[in-house]
Amino acid sequence: MTRYIVRRLLSLPLLLLGIVSIAFLISHFTQGDPLSSIVSERQMDDEQAVAAAKARWGLDKSLPEQYLVYVGNLLTGDLGISFRTKQPVSQDLLERLPATLELVIAAMLFGSLTGIALGVVAARFRDRAADHAARLWALTGSSTPVFWSGLILLYIFSVKLGWVPGPGRLDARMSPPDGITGFLTIDALLAGDTALFWDAVHHLILPALVLGWTVMGIVSRLVRASMLDVLNQDYIVAARARGAGELRVLLNHALRNALVPTLTIIGFTFAYLITGAVLTEAIFSWTGIGSYAVDAARGLDYPAIMGVTIVGGAAFLLTNLMTDIAYAFADPRIRLS
Amino acid sequence: MTAPLLEVGNLTISFGALEVVRDVNLSLADGKTLGLVGESGCGKSVTMLAIMGLLPDHVRVSGSIKLRGEELLGRPQGELTALRGKRMAMIFQDPMTSLNPVMTVGEQLGEAIAIHNRGMTRGDRQERALALLRLVAIPLPDRRLLQYPHELSGGMRQRVMIAIAMANDPELLIADEPTTALDVTVQAQIMELLQRLQAERKMGLMLISHDLGVVGDIADEVAIMYAGRICERGPVDAVFDSPHHPYTHGLLASLPQIDRTIDKLVAIPGSLPSLSARPAGCRFHPRCVHAQDICRRAEPELRTVASGAIAACHFAETAVVSERATVRA
Amino acid sequence: MADVAAPSSIRTRRLPAWLKLPVLVGIAIIVFWIVASLSIDLWPIYDPIDMVGRRLQPPSADHWFGTDALGRDVLSRTLHGARFSLMMSCAVIICAVLIGSAIGAIAGYVGGIVDGALMRLVDITLSFPPILLAMAVTAAMGPGLQNAALAMIIVWWPVYARLMRGQVLSIRSREHVEAATAAGASHARTLIKHILPLSWSPILINATMDFGQVVLLTASLSFIGLGASPPTPEWGSMISEGAIHFYQWWICSGPGVAILSVVLGFNFLGDGLRDLLDPRSK
Repeated sequence: MTRYIVRRLLSLPLLLLGIVSIAFLISHFTQGDPLSSIVSERQMDDEQAVAAAKARWGLDKSLPEQYLVYVGNLLTGDLGISFRTKQPVSQDLLERLPATLELVIAAMLFGSLTGIALGVVAARFRDRAADHAARLWALTGSSTPVFWSGLILLYIFSVKLGWVPGPGRLDARMSPPDGITGFLTIDALLAGDTALFWDAVHHLILPALVLGWTVMGIVSRLVRASMLDVLNQDYIVAARARGAGELRVLLNHALRNALVPTLTIIGFTFAYLITGAVLTEAIFSWTGIGSYAVDAARGLDYPAIMGVTIVGGAAFLLTNLMTDIAYAFADPRIRLS
Repeated sequence: MTAPLLEVGNLTISFGALEVVRDVNLSLADGKTLGLVGESGCGKSVTMLAIMGLLPDHVRVSGSIKLRGEELLGRPQGELTALRGKRMAMIFQDPMTSLNPVMTVGEQLGEAIAIHNRGMTRGDRQERALALLRLVAIPLPDRRLLQYPHELSGGMRQRVMIAIAMANDPELLIADEPTTALDVTVQAQIMELLQRLQAERKMGLMLISHDLGVVGDIADEVAIMYAGRICERGPVDAVFDSPHHPYTHGLLASLPQIDRTIDKLVAIPGSLPSLSARPAGCRFHPRCVHAQDICRRAEPELRTVASGAIAACHFAETAVVSERATVRA
Repeated sequence: MADVAAPSSIRTRRLPAWLKLPVLVGIAIIVFWIVASLSIDLWPIYDPIDMVGRRLQPPSADHWFGTDALGRDVLSRTLHGARFSLMMSCAVIICAVLIGSAIGAIAGYVGGIVDGALMRLVDITLSFPPILLAMAVTAAMGPGLQNAALAMIIVWWPVYARLMRGQVLSIRSREHVEAATAAGASHARTLIKHILPLSWSPILINATMDFGQVVLLTASLSFIGLGASPPTPEWGSMISEGAIHFYQWWICSGPGVAILSVVLGFNFLGDGLRDLLDPRSK
């Protein structure tokens, strides 16, 4: 297994280079002039700024040299300056990363836990009403556009029922806790401010539900299929024969085996979550990378768009790598070979 | 006199319109071994799953299954769950697939102990698990507890399965083809282990096999199943010495043995009829050399024959005897 | 335990086994939207661009889905939106399938360096989250429906390249293909005559399933402002307008329900097709 991990790790730099190359290509097609992807329209008349940008990104050099400069800049963490915030894109992204992570992790937890539960119920009551209902519910989740379900749920639960607060990460009257992790919930707890913690949790609930619902379907579909497969195995009968009750058989024996293949799709659901997070953040005014990307796209802020794309691709690659390794660890037959 | 350990009466099992097992009667006393023999697909595994209460809900089971006089059929699953692994235990054909691949030996053994001993401390459980592994003669038991099934050899895995079955000192042990999936050299060791455990613990052993030879070696009683029915049942010596059903006779004749005066191996012609196309009359008649008109029309009942066994054949008293004569000649 | 298998094929049905209720519902939904997008000009409904009522009216007998901020009829705009969504998704899927299959078939058939290079390109393209790549490409080429479509083809072709390559690899080693090669058939002939006809069914199943996802992504790009621009009645941009007036829930709900129904419909149909065409799924 060590060899497998080493091989996967070795392929990582190549894929990262590939991502960067594609980004370079896209930026070169930008409206026919790569310069316009570095310097905002308003600064185009400013000769000094144009010259500085050209020098920094090597635009006065040949194409291969430009490529080297581009890769070199990215390697040092230079993703350019955002047109809108006038800050380095890498700094913008770092500031907004915790918000996105907090949302994505909460959504992932909700989506996979409910997805697993639905999958188990559907497999246990195969072809009965509970099965059909669980599958329809999960499928509806992955078929609903989050930018609509977010709006409707916000209207129902915030405006009409008042159960949850409106968009945003915190009540406007509250001030965020000292940024240690950047996760408002954890920072509030660390600061010992329970009122702040509950406010952050309340704001997190609805966007996490909306986003988590989109991956619930993928998770439950796979859990159901692998549960059905596992429940037919001899060791399930053997477990019953030694006196294991229904719940123990389902959770201890069947689910434990069924979860191993489920791990492989966590990387896949991550792609869904990123897509969903971009749109969910836009709806819920969530100051993360997703809403940053939407604002960048709406304002044609090229350095910011390219920055998000590169970082998103790299993050996706890493998640896939980690799930593959986790999969190898979860199955003792692979781990010990 | 207490009730016998296990009594199965007129057990009939149907999957929807298909009757898989019909009118099976069996009984087993403490410390005795009952062999249940038949080709795969004859209904012996289903019979055993019915005794354990492990058939899916949609399967219709009628008749009676009594464990020490208590009726098991129709009991709620919860009560059966409490019995399984405690008073009756089971080992399976393929130890590779019947051990959970993602749980260590220790976890599975510990589970079998914990289920029926709520409140037992971790240390005591561990102690008991080690004792069980020693009981089934597994070397280095401490290390085995932490290993996964795929790290053990086939024979070792079956020993683990036996240890799990023995976890709560069951009164009844059902062994479903316990040696079929194992190497020939290991088979004898496993059978020896089963015999030893049975003698030490005075438990009833129900041995299911397609191999009449294995059963003949250790069983006290034997029941032969064909196409969902019992065709001959009785003390093992009686059945082996003078089989009264042509099928039993065929099975014996196809058995290579040195101490018998049969000098050629005879295979039974034809094959087991499929579930949905069982012949009318005697189910064995299409493959029987003695078949007469009556065999095609009427299904023979089980009746006591000269050897003291019971057999279901219209010509139990005549046909096989004459054939034995021809085989000897 | 082989003899415990329960017989399941005894029950007789009048409909073929794959044609279950969800599949029928899926087909009904898809047929409705296709008919709507082809014949919408003939329907007796309001004009989708004109102001035909008071602004921000909730659903009523006159305007079943209410009116939007400019007093346009939401129902009419939703129905007209089908044309953009379906035509665009159709074009995207067809192009992605053609380009992807061609590249995948070549990679699988030629093998060696060509295969390695093409598949690395596939790996890299697939390692971008779809929406980010589509956003970057659309933004770079300039917002608009055509560029959004192009971006989505760039996002989707690798899926089919990978699928087709796998198909070609598994089919080319079968006996009749080897026999054809041995008999002197040219490469192109072997590929087109012997391999492609056997590999269309997984492509079709995938394309059906993906259709809904393309509709979703199209709407997402428009929602962000990179796809259709006002006053085009496109579902994503309609929801974007509805987001500004989200107390008037009906503005975004017409297109929202429309998207949901199309995606569900294609999912149901895709499931049915898989039951019908893929022997492994049963």
